[in-house]
Amino acid sequence: MLRYIIFAPLAGAAINWLIGRRLRSEAFSGAVACLAVAVSTVIAFMLAFGAGGALHVNEPNNTTPVLDHIWTWLQVGNFRADFGLGMDRLSGIYALFVTFVGLLIHIFATGYMHGDRGFYRFFAYLNLFMFSMLTLVLADNFLLMFVGWEGVGLCSYLLIGYYLDRPEASAAAKKAFIVNRIGDWGVILGIMLIFFLTSQAGRPSISFFDKPTMGVQSALSYFASLPAAEPFTLNMLVAGGVTSVAILLFIGATGKSAQIPLYVWLPDAMAGPTPVSALIHAATMVTAGVYMVVRCSAIFTHAPMALFIVALIGAATAIFAATIGIAQNDIKKVLAYSTISQLGYMFLACGVGAFVAAIFHVMTHAFFKALLFLGSGSVIHGTHHEQDMRRMGGLRKYMPVTFATMLVGWLAISGFPLLSGFFSKDEILWKTWSAASAGIPSWYAKTLWAVGAVTALLTAIYMTRLMVMTFWGKERFREAHAGGQADEAHAHGFDEGVKPHDARTASVDDRPHHAPGEHVASAHDEHEAHTPHESPWTMTVPLVVLAVLAAFGGFIGVPYALSGGKIPNYFERALEPAIAHPPERIAETGGASAMEQPQYEMLSPKPQQVDGAAPLSVGEGAQGEPIAERIPKSDEVRTELLFTGISVLVALSGIAIGWVMFMTQPLRKMPRLLEEKYYVDEIYDAAVVNPIHVVAREGLWKLFDVSVIDGIVNGLGSGVRELGGVIRYIQMGFVRSYAAIILLGALAVIGYFVFHFIKVPGF
Amino acid sequence: MQQYLLTILILTPVAGMLALVGHSFAPYKRETHYRWITLGFSVITFAVSLLLLQAAHTNFSSFQFEQNVSWINAISARYHLGVDGLSLWLVLLTTLLVPISILSSWTSIDKRELSFYAFMLILESAMIGVFVSLDLLIFYLFFEASLVPMFFLIGIWGGERRIYAAVKFFIYTAVGSLLMLAGIIVLYVFYQTFDYTVILGAMRSGQTISALTKGNQTLEFWLFLAFAFAFFIKVPLWPFHTWLPDAHTEAPTAGSVILAGILLKMGTYGLMRFNLTLFPSISRIMAPYIIILAIIGIIYGALVAMVQPDVKRLVAYSSVSHMGFVVLGMFSFTEWGMQGSLYQMLNHGVSTGALFLIVGMIYERRHTREISEFGGLSMSMPVFSTFFVIASLSSIGLPFLNGFIGEFLIMLGTWMTEIIRYAWIATMLAGTGVILSAVYLLWMLQRVVFGPLKNEKNARLTDLNYREIGLLIPLLILMLLMGVYPRPFLDLSRASVETVRSRVLHTESGGSYTVERLNPQGVSPNR
Repeated sequence: MLRYIIFAPLAGAAINWLIGRRLRSEAFSGAVACLAVAVSTVIAFMLAFGAGGALHVNEPNNTTPVLDHIWTWLQVGNFRADFGLGMDRLSGIYALFVTFVGLLIHIFATGYMHGDRGFYRFFAYLNLFMFSMLTLVLADNFLLMFVGWEGVGLCSYLLIGYYLDRPEASAAAKKAFIVNRIGDWGVILGIMLIFFLTSQAGRPSISFFDKPTMGVQSALSYFASLPAAEPFTLNMLVAGGVTSVAILLFIGATGKSAQIPLYVWLPDAMAGPTPVSALIHAATMVTAGVYMVVRCSAIFTHAPMALFIVALIGAATAIFAATIGIAQNDIKKVLAYSTISQLGYMFLACGVGAFVAAIFHVMTHAFFKALLFLGSGSVIHGTHHEQDMRRMGGLRKYMPVTFATMLVGWLAISGFPLLSGFFSKDEILWKTWSAASAGIPSWYAKTLWAVGAVTALLTAIYMTRLMVMTFWGKERFREAHAGGQADEAHAHGFDEGVKPHDARTASVDDRPHHAPGEHVASAHDEHEAHTPHESPWTMTVPLVVLAVLAAFGGFIGVPYALSGGKIPNYFERALEPAIAHPPERIAETGGASAMEQPQYEMLSPKPQQVDGAAPLSVGEGAQGEPIAERIPKSDEVRTELLFTGISVLVALSGIAIGWVMFMTQPLRKMPRLLEEKYYVDEIYDAAVVNPIHVVAREGLWKLFDVSVIDGIVNGLGSGVRELGGVIRYIQMGFVRSYAAIILLGALAVIGYFVFHFIKVPGF
Repeated sequence: MQQYLLTILILTPVAGMLALVGHSFAPYKRETHYRWITLGFSVITFAVSLLLLQAAHTNFSSFQFEQNVSWINAISARYHLGVDGLSLWLVLLTTLLVPISILSSWTSIDKRELSFYAFMLILESAMIGVFVSLDLLIFYLFFEASLVPMFFLIGIWGGERRIYAAVKFFIYTAVGSLLMLAGIIVLYVFYQTFDYTVILGAMRSGQTISALTKGNQTLEFWLFLAFAFAFFIKVPLWPFHTWLPDAHTEAPTAGSVILAGILLKMGTYGLMRFNLTLFPSISRIMAPYIIILAIIGIIYGALVAMVQPDVKRLVAYSSVSHMGFVVLGMFSFTEWGMQGSLYQMLNHGVSTGALFLIVGMIYERRHTREISEFGGLSMSMPVFSTFFVIASLSSIGLPFLNGFIGEFLIMLGTWMTEIIRYAWIATMLAGTGVILSAVYLLWMLQRVVFGPLKNEKNARLTDLNYREIGLLIPLLILMLLMGVYPRPFLDLSRASVETVRSRVLHTESGGSYTVERLNPQGVSPNR
């Protein structure tokens, strides 16, 4: 059954690619794509909440994942990777929100992409993305997860570069893929190290789950069964043990989830259509890194050094991106940096061991960020492809539904009390502060908390700025288009009065590319020029649904301190069994430096223990005892309430500061350093990209290949050729001299063999 | 029938060649007839080669379809053919790529058709011969015989610098194969036979070269090098690679496809078939150094490919990188690495073959391969662009396409190997080649396929016709199939690879074998 969740979108993609391209019918393509995702959604909900399902409410202790083995993909030696799926509580939650949010965004896109020439192609890619994303979260082993991992990267590549004729789109697409590839390097090596370590322990595996009928043991339960965490030293990063695995995987997460230092692709990725930004670059794909870290919680909890770094990177990214976000003028760029910042929050949560809180924030973020992105898409659509907030303003009376829904999203992300973002963000901040008791140095936890709190303040400020610049104040959209940033789907040529389409209209009519100008032209027929308008129902309905979720989605995870136990924390109760418990102790640092020892001997796995015990699924609670909600002590509750109060204060003051600053002066000049994004792209170009190019071109190719090796090979002939220029004559000389050398050489070699080893018995 | 199958396979193209020549005397002949005749015979060859799969139930754990008759009695040279898991898929790859490359020459070859197609058929016959020969002498003859038609293919139908490229190609590879000939003769001196299986049997029973030379490994070392040089040049392993960009770039499309798809594999196949099994202890000693060269090649090839201004040259340099992977996996001496190595040979044939075909198609239309001349081809040639993107992704090693399986297995084998220390560093370095492959191919796609149409000439290009689509489709299907369901391919080569692996790992060489003894220094790139 599980397989249909992934195969339905795949079929949708295939149908759209093969049949949709011939039919060229928006109704057909849109219906196929939405239907395919709807099928996935329905099956995902059935499997999650149905009898025996991963998230069945009446069976809180049922932690057996739903498995579906499709075929054995790769089996060489004792390495085995199945094409098999598994839905446990973690992947269940992911599958639910991915399919559901995905469905809403598909519906939205049928309205947003209306009139686009590549309509079928867009939906084929979008469905292919759903296939990859669901493969990623439902895979039952690391290698298949990696298939989804790279698959979403590919779809992201295709969709960022969707506007084929725009050079910045194809540059952004390439950048996204390559930066992700750097991260993928870490993931694939991490998988190898996992296989290496489990092999050392005598139970080679890369599976997430036990599959007893096929003799597959979970690799994660091996890590979970390790008696002690690795020492908290920097050596462990390169020691080839659990910490190294965690760091390699985390390198992948920084790529996919846009963390420092690999975040640079995400802002550029906004060159893709807005539904893509909402689906891939906000709600789903970018949270894959968080998914992987939480999936590997058994590994990370045994690697305190890795957790330390995860928290560090997360917090640093959160505040870094927030400061950039505050100075951007492109509405999608603000949201992009906001996404990076919020992803930093999630990793901060992971880093302090609050895996449940991280996933909770992933989910609420999927709701409110998808909402904000779709809202911005609606704004862009309604203002005829304007993305620069400096040319918006006062839109609330033209686009009431968009305004109202985005209002909810704004308050949710800012942490306004009782909206979804409030609960999840508050939980992360509280868990960060209280992490001091969980083995993390107290000063570190408090610093992280402070960074998180300042980020929350900045978040509220820049979101308020975005809302104020867009929906309040003077109506600036009638002003002439002067300079400014590129507008999506709005070929530059159109503004310049050129018809960019003409140059290539001649050949084929059915080529799959977006025709710039087309969409805009049709829009102009229907509306007066440059007057914003509300979007069609296909776009506003998803907005409303998402607004409801963004408003009330938080109530499934209300912390005990707030509810006093009256509302159970469904989310924590559901997810807790899927999270590995931290080991009780940390291994002593031995006298010898870890570097000097063979890398893999640092671990002292006890395979006999593992073999003896019943195979332990990661998700299983300790010996299957009922998982009760932990009831905190009353003074703990009081502190938590205090911190909730602080969070509320931070959120409200952020909104207030933003309101005061930008209502009066919406076009307030922001610091140049922030506006220019700290010049990180320029620094990367100068420090990494260009040197590699120069070395490759001048050093390796022109100097070494052409001059040194060919110089030696061509010998004198080469020099003569360059001087002479009588090609025919030289080539004759070239052949002749080399023929002679060959002959001499061969004779010498044969002679050597024959004369030196002539004393062979029997010869 | 069974024992003649391989001979039939070798002779069918020859028969085709004779038919071509015969047809040239026919009064009703036309230049266009030649390609049809050639296509017919190469398709028949492919069909016949599929019969090899009827031995699949044996898992090719031993040589199948063996034919072993005396050839030149005086020097006890034998005509000994056979196919096992190492060669099976390479034979099939050969018989598949030849008809495809003939179809690709359909309109692009417009001078001296008769000789072109005749050379193609001779080449096919020689290539099949290389993969199925079990006698060193006829192996050498086929190895050399493949050189001559390729020399003419480049030299007559090539690009502007074709003479230079052809001569360079010829000299490089001829030097290598002459060294191998010397090695073969020395082996003959010792064993009084050219028969590979007989020599191997003698070695297995204790008559190793070092035993025959009273424990002195020097000769064995030089013999290893004599064979290895021939194959290193053919692969080509860095730094013996500089003939390749010239030859690939100047060759006609069909020549590039065959050159990259099959001729390079003769090198890696030779290493696995002969070097590892005939000189196992030297192979172990040399493995760390060869691994270093392979890794340098992976990174070097990728970096140089990145800065090429010429599409075809870019693909050529990417071959250096990909073939580095093949050598790396082979010398890891693990099941993963060696299986991956063999698999990567097929992948490279399919993916790079497809890339050369695609580059050839655009060259035929625009008569240039300069990347800067293109841009925005997805507007004027959407079908072409789709194929180009998929073939590039396959070459990049995207999961569920073929390249991934090979590269992953090779890297896994490298990580798990005990032949070198700090294997994980080697793996990490090799992994950067995977990143770089995305860099150079996607950057190329960005400049060729995507972006605006900035050159008028590109706007009027016609998209692929049915012939061109038809010849790419089989490769496309293979890319998907080999990525999604690799097991049949891997299963049939498993037994043979295991035979080689156990031979290379578990053959004593006058003393007990330990990694430390052979390689006290390790190969840490840190030192």
